[in-house]
Amino acid sequence: METFYEVMRRQGITRRSFLKYCALTTTSLGLGPAFMPRIAHAMETKPRTPVLWLHGLECTCCSESFIRSAHPLVKDVVLSMISLDYDDTLMAAAGHQAEAILEEVMAKYKGNYILAVEGNPPLNQDGMSCIIGGRPFVEQLKRVSKDAKAIISWGSCASWGCVQAARPNPTQATPVHKVITDKPIIKVPGCPPIAEVMTGVITYMLTFDRIPELDRQGRPKMFYSQRIHDKCYRRPHFDAGQFVESFDDEGARRGYCLYKVGCKGPTTYNACSTVRWNGGTSFPIQAGHGCIGCSEEGFWDKGSFYDRLTDVHGFGIEANADQIGGAMAGVVGAAAAAHAAASVLKRVADKRAADQNQTVA
Amino acid sequence: MAIEITASKPAAAPQATAATAARPRSVYVYEAPVRIWHWVNMLAILVLCVTGYFIGKPLPTQPGEASANYLMGTLRFVHFTAAYVFAIGLLGRIYWALVGNAFSRELFYLPVFTRSFWQEVVAMLKWYALISREGHTGAGHNPLARIAMFGMFLFGSLFMVFTGFALYGEGEQAGSWADRLFGWVVPLFGQPQDVHTWHRLGMWYLVAFIVFHIYASIREDIMGRETVISTMVNGYRSPKE
Repeated sequence: METFYEVMRRQGITRRSFLKYCALTTTSLGLGPAFMPRIAHAMETKPRTPVLWLHGLECTCCSESFIRSAHPLVKDVVLSMISLDYDDTLMAAAGHQAEAILEEVMAKYKGNYILAVEGNPPLNQDGMSCIIGGRPFVEQLKRVSKDAKAIISWGSCASWGCVQAARPNPTQATPVHKVITDKPIIKVPGCPPIAEVMTGVITYMLTFDRIPELDRQGRPKMFYSQRIHDKCYRRPHFDAGQFVESFDDEGARRGYCLYKVGCKGPTTYNACSTVRWNGGTSFPIQAGHGCIGCSEEGFWDKGSFYDRLTDVHGFGIEANADQIGGAMAGVVGAAAAAHAAASVLKRVADKRAADQNQTVA
Repeated sequence: MAIEITASKPAAAPQATAATAARPRSVYVYEAPVRIWHWVNMLAILVLCVTGYFIGKPLPTQPGEASANYLMGTLRFVHFTAAYVFAIGLLGRIYWALVGNAFSRELFYLPVFTRSFWQEVVAMLKWYALISREGHTGAGHNPLARIAMFGMFLFGSLFMVFTGFALYGEGEQAGSWADRLFGWVVPLFGQPQDVHTWHRLGMWYLVAFIVFHIYASIREDIMGRETVISTMVNGYRSPKE
């Protein structure tokens, strides 16, 4: 098997460019300078790892994001670092030709390829809501995952279920980790995930030949260990108590904190406030709109994009926590007042009866 | 009068409390640590509810430069400090349940398998339904109060400690003690927004308990046969007549 370095040299990349590339990758992964020679060494000695990229129920926003990666350039990732051997959206081959490549890679690199999944399998109606090559997607997913080294769940679809799994979820769209339970799964949630986060995760896995350190929910710690809120450039306004009260007010013009207009930054783990989007150009809060929490589990089912707490549904009514709690405390208070009044009346009545008894006696 | 009470006391009075109920005299119920904890805890809850309310629904925007204000920062700091007082107080109270008198353990379990407990529940329900004329005597909590203490106060408090420190751990970030100890709570509820919602509902649950608690204490103090409010000050439950 060819190493990364050999492939890059074959493509006319000079050693100088190669080392620059290694330095850039080191930086984008947030590693210290000491790691740069290690990355170079790894690329010179390690064979390229094939990546098979499957598409289930999805909207291709993950792919769209991925091909816009600036650091490292997705060109480098696709052409030099990984051998992206199957991706029905990006590959030239189609139909039976494409499926043949999938089988070939699975057989040749058994137990040694990485499976990247975009979207998720629907399980209802025998999986008929998503057909790939004439068969339900869930079958392809199970077959390819059997001999995979690790699985990357791209985006909120593969990680949590996303919009197709929103209530009532008629096709029973199911996140990958609930279908495949015997493989290490790296969740890279977001709708879509940030391009540099996607390429960063792949680069890390190929360079160090292991999966990145994951948090409790299986997300890479290097990109998902902090909330948007923790690194938000508008955080000083939050701490000061300076808020946008409504869109287009004076606070909005001054760039105050969007907490009161429903920003979900405090409940969302992602790297938007540090890595940003489109080559570090901007991210939603910078553009004046609150975070909608797209990388969090079930974000479609947590009520409005502009509420920081979820409304509670029941008995055909909808109310927020304060309405319910306030009503509960009010009812208890009213009940106490009514009971107090009844107690007083009862005591007065008892006393009158006792007085009458005494008079009779 | 005292003799009348003794005579009219139902014969089925529980054995444990019969001795104290038969002869009206003061009983030392709440030891000093329990009383101190009660009032410190009351202050902590008051501060937690007020600051917590305004963390969720912030006050109007502050004028001037960001550097001239620290309103949310201060509110959060006070909230977290009071939360530590509340949580450590609860730990201390659990310790005292182990080493304190029998009454100090009433908060932490319900004798649901005891027949007399349920008989007293029925008696108390009659008392509160204004059917029976005689309330509870027996020094400690009446069984309804115990149910409220256990189900509303203790459960509510533990719920707030667990969800609260889980949220605190998010700010303190991965690897902090709060994250290590309580971080598992977040995926249990789904995602951070769910924990925020439940923490908010938990506050209202405790507020409802407080309304209930204060009303019942005042009512018992006026209409019952033993002191209630002064007991939490001087520790003694005394007959009123």
